[in-house]
Parts: sequence; structure tokens; C-alpha cells
Amino acid sequence: MPPDGPWRPALDKSVMLRHDRVRDADLLLMPERAVRLSGTGGRILRLCDGSRTVDDIVAELGESFPDAPLADEVPAFLERVRAEGWLR
Amino acid sequence: MIPAPWALLAEVTHACPLHCPYCSNPLELVRKSAELSTADWARVFGEAAELGVVQAHVSGGEPLLRPDLAEIVAAARRAGVYTQLVTSGVGLTAERLGELLAAGLNSVQLSLQDARRPGSDLIAGRVSYTDKERAAGVIRDAGVPFGLNVVLHRRNLDNLQEIIEVGARWGADRIELANTQFYGWALHNRAALLPARDQLDRAKATVAAWRETHGSGEGPELVWVMPDYYEGVPKPCMGGWGARSITVGPDGTALPCPAAYAIADLAPPNVRERPLAWIWTESAAFNAYRGTDWMTGPCRECPRREIDFGGCRCQAHALTGDAARTDPACSLSPDHGLVRDATATVGAGAADDFVYRKPGAPDRTDESPRIPGSV
Repeated sequence: MPPDGPWRPALDKSVMLRHDRVRDADLLLMPERAVRLSGTGGRILRLCDGSRTVDDIVAELGESFPDAPLADEVPAFLERVRAEGWLR
Repeated sequence: MIPAPWALLAEVTHACPLHCPYCSNPLELVRKSAELSTADWARVFGEAAELGVVQAHVSGGEPLLRPDLAEIVAAARRAGVYTQLVTSGVGLTAERLGELLAAGLNSVQLSLQDARRPGSDLIAGRVSYTDKERAAGVIRDAGVPFGLNVVLHRRNLDNLQEIIEVGARWGADRIELANTQFYGWALHNRAALLPARDQLDRAKATVAAWRETHGSGEGPELVWVMPDYYEGVPKPCMGGWGARSITVGPDGTALPCPAAYAIADLAPPNVRERPLAWIWTESAAFNAYRGTDWMTGPCRECPRREIDFGGCRCQAHALTGDAARTDPACSLSPDHGLVRDATATVGAGAADDFVYRKPGAPDRTDESPRIPGSV
């Protein structure tokens, strides 16, 4: 992984993101733990495939949510998820 | 509306190369000839996923003794369930793990009995430390999430620092330090396993010191499973009876908890006879101690009744003969003396030899201390 260049977030390989039909929610699954995501949380993390930069993710979400303060909230959310060790 | 279960403990076999005296399998082990088939397990995982299960521990006994384990894991994966293999490590070669990962296995939990070979082999009742060390290397090399599980008791608590160092050296991401829970085989061996309070105090200090000196990402995360005999408050077992988790045994017996085999009048349902959805929502066994309506004595009015759910039903049954009584580990239980007396006599008497887990029930005449069901 090159240290230079913008961050291209990807889920840690221990983490599985999936939709749970029974609870109608996106979940992060990992050993001994399941985390229920908010609707937008799941939507953001679905874009974290290691190819998109944070700016790409913000831009892509902006097409669906033109009035939301994405430029502040998305990077902050991604940092929180990275701090938990779920994003690389 | 009963909330959906999150987790499935799939005990695919009771066969095991180890003979640990605190084994969580029931005293009467299920024979190989009575085990569910591959297709049965595939159906169970499908039904579990439909019901809301998102995580499974594929456990035993030693699940690697099932030649069809990869097929079982693949069925779980097809159902979208996150699977963790729970293994002694005996038989876990790079080839076998590769096969399981290809089938969709997500993580591995390896057991270790003590920090060093003689102690670990003594508890396991078999030469196995070298196999475990090799298995740890296989897991680490595969880069799969790696948990180490160490059951703690009087014989190994004083080695805790060294146990943690072994886990770190072997590359574990997390170490579950699971103080022995005393039912089944462990209750049978309680006199030999129950630690002294000062051992636990030192162990807690060791864990605290490790956490203080190792930030997140610096070595394994430590998970401390509390020793309820000394805490005065019961553990919220399984997050409540029939609240989060289903155990399915090798022969299809479905239970809210792996220790609940011992509750004789529970009449547990079987996945061969009923769909898992019926078992979860309708069966008498899963509803027996669900919620708070069944509570007796101090639990009924207790402000903690929705926090610890009256503690462990299996422990109440094992110690008092009545699963609906307050867990004797609770200081408010009228039966708390049963636990206090046991801790007061730690190390006294000669009962230091283990009764090793083996097929065929041990002598039942002294199975567990019992008092009449009502006081």
C-alpha cells in the first residue's frame, strides 16, 4: 500500500458489510461483534472499495443528497470508522 | 413480537481430541452416529439466516473432525452468515484452513490451555501444545482474524502474563480470558479448578497493566470474562434467555445456551422435527425463562432484572435444582451461601485431581452439589 496519495478507504478484511433484511439495516460483521449502521452509514461504506478517494465518495453521494453537508460529515464519519479499525 | 436472534452456536460434533476438565459440552456426549448430516446443517443455517442470525460459531467438540466441515461452512456463507471456526488447533493444517477459507470462513478462534507445554498438555489431557503452536502459525500466515481463547482457573491464572505474551507472540488479534463457568464438566471438577480470590486480584491487575501499556493496535485486545463466583453479581448469561442466541447440538437439539442440556425438564426441541423459527418463537424451552415474568424471589423487584436477567439459569439449576431461582452467584440470592462456601474452602481438601471429559457420563452420584429446590 503506497503511503503517498489520497486515502482510498476500504473495509478491513476482517469486516463484512451486508444488508440485514430481517432488521432492515446495514450491518458490519466481525469476530464476536455486529454493528448496526444508520441508513447513510451503510450507503457511505458501500462506496469504500479501495478505488474511490474520500472526495470521490463525497461527490458520488452528492448526486443523491445535493443539500446535505457531505463535505464535512462524510470525512468525519470515515475517520471515526477508521479509528475503530474497520476501515483501511 | 420476539426480537430476532443474532447468533448461532453450531456444535457440529462432540468428538474431540482434547479432554479438558471444564469442557462446555454436556456430561453425556452425543455419539457420532447421532450427528446431523451435511444437508441438515445446510438447512439449519438457511433457516437461521431467515430468522435473523448473522453470525455463527462453528464449534464442537472439535469441528475439524467433521470431514464435511467445508461444506457446512459454505452453506453458512451462502446464507450470508459470518462464520468463526472454534478449534483446538489439532488437525488444522494450511491445506485444511485454505479449504475452509475458500468455502467462506471468516475468522478462527484457537484454544490454548496454558502458557507452557506441560501445563497446557496436562489440562488438555493430551499432548497438543505443539499442534496448537503450529496451528497458530497457519492461522497467522493465512492472515485471517485470529482469536485465542484461554479458559482460566486455579492451575493457570498465575501464568496469565505469560499466557498473554504467548498470544501476542503467536499473532492473535484478541485473547479471550474466560474464567471457568462452573456447570457440567467444570462443576464436576470445581474443587480442582476454582481459583482463590488473591489469584483473581493479581490476574485482573495483570490485564489492567497490559491494557495500560498497549494501545489499540499494539498487540492483542484482551477480553476478560468475569469469574462470577467472586463478583457478587451474576453474569447476564447469553444476553438473556432466548434473547440473542441459539445453540444447536450435534444431534439437532436446540437450546438457548450450550449449558442448558443439563436442565432436565426443559424438553428441548430438535431441528430435525421443527423449523428453527418455531423453535425460537413458539417452543416451550425457548420461552421458559424469556423476559422477566418467570422470575422469583429477589429478581422480581430488582432494578437490575433487565441488566442481568437473574443471571444464569443453568447455574441456578445446577446449584439449587430449580432453574427459576435467582442465580446463586448473586449476593442477593437466598442461595448465595452455596457459592460463598465454595470460595471459602478453595484449596482445602484433596480433590485436586481432574475428572477428564470423555465419552460416557462420569459417575453421577457426586455430579454436583444440590439442595432442595425451595428454601
